[in-house]
Amino acid sequence: MAISLHDVHKSFGPFKAVDGVSLAVAEGSLTALLGPSGSGKSTLLRLIAGLEQPDRGEIAIGGDPALAVPPQRRGIGFVFQHYAAFKHMSVRDNVAFGLAVRRRPKAEIRERVEELLAIVGLSGYADRYPSQLSGGQRQRMALARALAVKPRVLLLDEPFGALDANVRAELRTWLRGLHDDLGVTTLMVTHDQEEAMEVADQVVILRSGRVEQIGPPREVYQRPANDWVMGFLGPVSRIGERLVRPHDVSLALEPDGDAAVEAMVSRVVHLGSQVRVELELAGGGDAHAQLTPTEADELELERGDIVYLRHSPATVLSA
Amino acid sequence: MTVTHPARIGLRVIALGYLSLLLVLPVGLVFEKTFAQGLSAVWASLTTPAAISAFWLTVEIAAIAVVANTVFGVVCALALVRGRARGRWLLDVLIEVPFVISPVIVGLSLILVYGTTGWFGKWLIGHGITVIFSPPGMILATVFVSLPFVVREVAPVLREIGTEQEQAAATLGASRLQTFARVTLPSIRWGLAYGVVLTTARALGEFGAVLIVSGNISGKTQTLPLLVETRFYNFDNAGAYTAGALLAAISICVLLVMTATAPDKRRL
Repeated sequence: MAISLHDVHKSFGPFKAVDGVSLAVAEGSLTALLGPSGSGKSTLLRLIAGLEQPDRGEIAIGGDPALAVPPQRRGIGFVFQHYAAFKHMSVRDNVAFGLAVRRRPKAEIRERVEELLAIVGLSGYADRYPSQLSGGQRQRMALARALAVKPRVLLLDEPFGALDANVRAELRTWLRGLHDDLGVTTLMVTHDQEEAMEVADQVVILRSGRVEQIGPPREVYQRPANDWVMGFLGPVSRIGERLVRPHDVSLALEPDGDAAVEAMVSRVVHLGSQVRVELELAGGGDAHAQLTPTEADELELERGDIVYLRHSPATVLSA
Repeated sequence: MTVTHPARIGLRVIALGYLSLLLVLPVGLVFEKTFAQGLSAVWASLTTPAAISAFWLTVEIAAIAVVANTVFGVVCALALVRGRARGRWLLDVLIEVPFVISPVIVGLSLILVYGTTGWFGKWLIGHGITVIFSPPGMILATVFVSLPFVVREVAPVLREIGTEQEQAAATLGASRLQTFARVTLPSIRWGLAYGVVLTTARALGEFGAVLIVSGNISGKTQTLPLLVETRFYNFDNAGAYTAGALLAAISICVLLVMTATAPDKRRL
């Protein structure tokens, strides 16, 4: 295993940031640590990097116990949310930093920097300063800087958290491609479910310092371990005793079959590629259904209409 | 805040007028009085043995105080901003002491400690080291009064740059020393430079504390500010102006060098 954690605990004063986490990250994988703010995901990453020390527990990198090893010698590359660019250095010197402090020969450094700048698409930018780059470019520079020292594992702390939505989407696709090319074991912290789903092989879902579920994106989405995970990964509606995804709800104008639940349409929202139908359930409570525009057109729903809900294989049974 | 055009001109006139009356005019008059004697008289006044001795003593003391306070100031700022030790607040308060205590009291307290009857002075004199009425005491006094400047300039810059760049350097394999030399120091360089200029100016011009611990012995423990005073009270006004002009010129040079080398527009 590239990274393994056993029963790791870390408190800040009375606040338990990480509360007994055990975790294994496979060699060459891209794993996402996903959770809301305060779930301990960034702390976990900083513990692995050695930027924080755990109160107890074991951490190993590449099979070697890491706790007695300072961050300098853990063989990690770390990328910070706010880039942590060396503002007084050119892009070239930023990327060369890890090699320069290792006193590598100048020619080797020059070659490696050129190579990395080409990989991250910043070849023409070597003599610029971080302040002359866009946010996305700064983060790609930070990634090149972290990769320069050939780390055993790459740790990314909300790497796209400070970027605009469209740059975010573009960069995460790019990151996945880069990972497929380089194959460096990568652990990425994010609070964005969509980002984790799109990029990662494996998703670790954290809540209040504890692991709620670990699995491939499809599995955690389709078979969430509990209500909280289901609600965290996407919108849900409560119908009777069950939690249901809005896209698993279908609507009919006639109550054929006995499982159907009666509801009144309170609003129809056209969102382009999908239509959201907001409903008031006859038994009390609200729900909503997500339909394709074609489905919605066929039903010709309007506010006040009575419809009957059914849902395909129910997901989680509520306690 | 937006200011109308006439108001802006008014504010400028007030600011410049205030500075002219308090600063430019008096200092300018010192230079005017100096050069009114003619260049040969100025040269003669600057090259008396007492003046030459005072000039070098002033420069030496200032140089030592600046180096000591630069090293101390950076270490102290790091301890204040990056340290985790309890009682940092106490350090924070102590650093202000030279700002709030009159230099005369600094001089007196040094005599109490290091003087012939002082509790540490007796032991030192017994070992052949004289602090009071000799340069070591003058250096101590100067270091004391110019102590806060570097700390006070560097600490806020350290706080502003944060720790992320230093952490990034650590994850990239840099030792603490490498991180300091390659990341922290370049990041604080303008704050540090400004602190050094202020320390230099204060060290060059210190009068009260140095007067008390030096004994003001011409040719031995007399700095330029003390020379100005001595000449003034000996009715050598022209000589006092000349020494004063030299002192002012050194300080202005230090400030100009700093301003010319700093690209940071906020400092200009």
